[in-house]
Amino acid sequence: MIESAPPISLRHITRRFGPVVANDDVSLELAPGEIHGLVGENGAGKSTLMRVLYGLLQPDSGTIEVAGRAVRIHSPAAAMRLGLGMVHQHFMLVDSLTVAENVTLGREPLGALGSYSPAAAEREVAALAARHGLPVDPGARIETLSVGAQQRVEILKALYHGARVLILDEPTAVLTPQEVDDLFRVLRELQAQGTTIVLITHKLAEVTALAQRVTVMRAGRVVGGGAIAEHPVERMAELMVGHAIPPLHARAHHEECVPLLRVRLLDVLDDRGLQAVKRASFEVHSGEIVGLAGVEGNGQHELVECLAGLRRAQHGDILIADRDCTALTARGRAAAGLAHIPSDRLRRGLVPEMTLAENLVLGRQREPDAGHGPLLPRRALEARAAGVLAEYDVRPPEPGRQARQLSGGNQQKLIAARELSRGAAVVLAAHPTRGVDLGAIAFLHQRLLRERDAGRAVLLVSSELSEILALSDRIFVMYEGRLVHETRPAETDERTLGLHMTGRRGAVAP
Amino acid sequence: MNVDLRRRLLLGAAPLLAVALSLAVGAIFILAIGQDPLAIYALMLRQSLGTGYGLGQTLFKATPLIFTGLAVALGFRAGLFNIGVEGQLYLGGLAAALTGVALAGLPAVFLLPLALLAAAAAGAAWGAIPGVLKARFGAHEVINTIMLNFIAFALASFIGRFVFEPATVRTATVGAGAEIARLDVFLPALHGSPVNLSLLLALLVAAGTNLLLFGTRLGYELRAVGLNATAAEYGGVSLGRTQVVAMALSGALAGLGGVNFVLGYKHYFELGFSAGAGFLGIAVALLGRNHPVGVVVAALFFGALSYGGLVINQQVPKELVEVLQALVILLAISAQVLMERFARRMR
Repeated sequence: MIESAPPISLRHITRRFGPVVANDDVSLELAPGEIHGLVGENGAGKSTLMRVLYGLLQPDSGTIEVAGRAVRIHSPAAAMRLGLGMVHQHFMLVDSLTVAENVTLGREPLGALGSYSPAAAEREVAALAARHGLPVDPGARIETLSVGAQQRVEILKALYHGARVLILDEPTAVLTPQEVDDLFRVLRELQAQGTTIVLITHKLAEVTALAQRVTVMRAGRVVGGGAIAEHPVERMAELMVGHAIPPLHARAHHEECVPLLRVRLLDVLDDRGLQAVKRASFEVHSGEIVGLAGVEGNGQHELVECLAGLRRAQHGDILIADRDCTALTARGRAAAGLAHIPSDRLRRGLVPEMTLAENLVLGRQREPDAGHGPLLPRRALEARAAGVLAEYDVRPPEPGRQARQLSGGNQQKLIAARELSRGAAVVLAAHPTRGVDLGAIAFLHQRLLRERDAGRAVLLVSSELSEILALSDRIFVMYEGRLVHETRPAETDERTLGLHMTGRRGAVAP
Repeated sequence: MNVDLRRRLLLGAAPLLAVALSLAVGAIFILAIGQDPLAIYALMLRQSLGTGYGLGQTLFKATPLIFTGLAVALGFRAGLFNIGVEGQLYLGGLAAALTGVALAGLPAVFLLPLALLAAAAAGAAWGAIPGVLKARFGAHEVINTIMLNFIAFALASFIGRFVFEPATVRTATVGAGAEIARLDVFLPALHGSPVNLSLLLALLVAAGTNLLLFGTRLGYELRAVGLNATAAEYGGVSLGRTQVVAMALSGALAGLGGVNFVLGYKHYFELGFSAGAGFLGIAVALLGRNHPVGVVVAALFFGALSYGGLVINQQVPKELVEVLQALVILLAISAQVLMERFARRMR
């Protein structure tokens, strides 16, 4: 079992999707036992490269060598036989089965008479977990576990199937700061035992903290890399984006603040009918950004949907610019001065099959100036769209193109264009930069700051604490449906927020 | 941009590919019967499109299919599968006939619009029922529209007990003002065929449906609901109301389809007149890719196939046409998936 990891070379890998070259003559060496950071913006080709290595995609050209031998990896099963394991960003676990059942799935230990033996499976998994320092309860069902624990199960699964080279795709995207610490401890332990680890990420600080070497990709090519000591964060960021990243604007001074969004004693239910938001009260003033931090699933989603008029309030009031909007529909609230950048752009924010022009009118399709009488002519929509697309840097700025053809970052800019161009008093921004590239993140941040400077009230919900800390004037932490903590960026840090987010500290805010 | 165009061309070619493939597979059946497929197809083509009379017959058969194809396509665009088109068409025809009989003395300027309105209203009402059930209780429209077909057939028979001519299964003849003129009055070449001005109405309605879907606020909301209901809700569209409106409009289109036979041909309603035109509308919408222009073309194709099937009756069993229709449907679905995959790989 404890054999050393094989060295791996990917040589001149090219992989096309139609006219798009996702990997263009990419070479990568993985030394045994190293932690190797693979960084780049979304769409840079990191995942494609790793999917080629893991047998999920076949390269158009190029070779792969494992332990000095040229191999063809036709399937994940073949990859596993070569000692490769992959932990995907979205976990591949069966929720209703136990940890041991999930880990051993496909290679179940057999008991007497060749039947599956749960006890043997749990024993084996417990031993494996202990050997690698991964605390999990083998008998627990997946659906009862935290996200961090589920991730440990994924890692165990790979190890159980003999992985000596572990590929982790954006492993920290879903974790709290404390869980990130736990994961890093596990990864260092695995490295100490000789496992090679590939860390795909766009969080550069993580690479600095963990990796010995880094490879930076941009637009399908390797644009730099080498020892981590020679690649400080700023250097990596420049390589990733292709140019230096401007720092955020300092705060413009604002004199007067009036509360534009007032929420009083709000109760909201989730889809299962359980109380997701409990007596939430807060105000967002003109000219400020209020950050709402929290581990996902603590009621932020329900709170935002309720504010936007997409979910009923069981109790409490919502006032937008001094007008009681609690009973209004989504359209009514938009008319009262609410803009909403929803957290799920493909399900909520866009109709992917419609054109950019059509998406820009979503929510305003009934407004008199959108058309003439009952008509909503396509040409008029497209004429209106062109200017907005240019202003918000949506690429390509072709009003007739389908929204689904845009990259994630451009889709998000499209939504921002629609919501921010209407001049609403209150802006709800839920995870506005999730899963988008660095260039788009910088752009969206600038836009939110500009909204603030224009005297709007912005409520920013995000699970990226760095984003919350960088943009907010005030911060609330939400935990189990309550606002448990209020602070200012200057008075706190990621660690403290993380503790409040996991309920390990803090009294209830008034 | 170029890629986009090629992609659209590929997807547009899918129905043509389906038709070609189904004719090829149909040829195997014809060979198995011991006939020459080319001769059979040539005969079908000549008889259904090559003579004035045959063309008229084809157009006559295509007319209700345009209406029912549009009805199904409109439902699909809103994310609703209206299988109740047959029943809606049936009741639309009945309502047109009853109006035409009851107000027989009125002049055409009043009676014809009233009869058309009655047909549309009856279809709309019958379509709105499953729409309301869906919006209010979440009851699936596929089940309810199927069931409402049976109720529509039974209802027409029941009403017939009071209004049918003695010892028949048909109503009295409508007033002259409700009759829709035959086309051979204007175009002698079509002489003897029952194609009538309903065809023109069908084309106008297709143009109107196109405008509704792609050029109005209502059509925008309807398509948004069909493509992504959660995003439509976010955009302030009332899902329930839009579903009811879409089903009512779909039913109205289907109901109008009944006038081709009732007002344009026989001038009375008779039991069983719909003869599957509603169900075939599903295939028409499918082959026409839920686009009004595609629906018109597909309806003409199915019309030709229907009539062509009658003229080759002596050489091959009439079931051949049903086999061809079924093949087209199967292959249209497969070809679309295939082309989409192909188009995706191009990107």
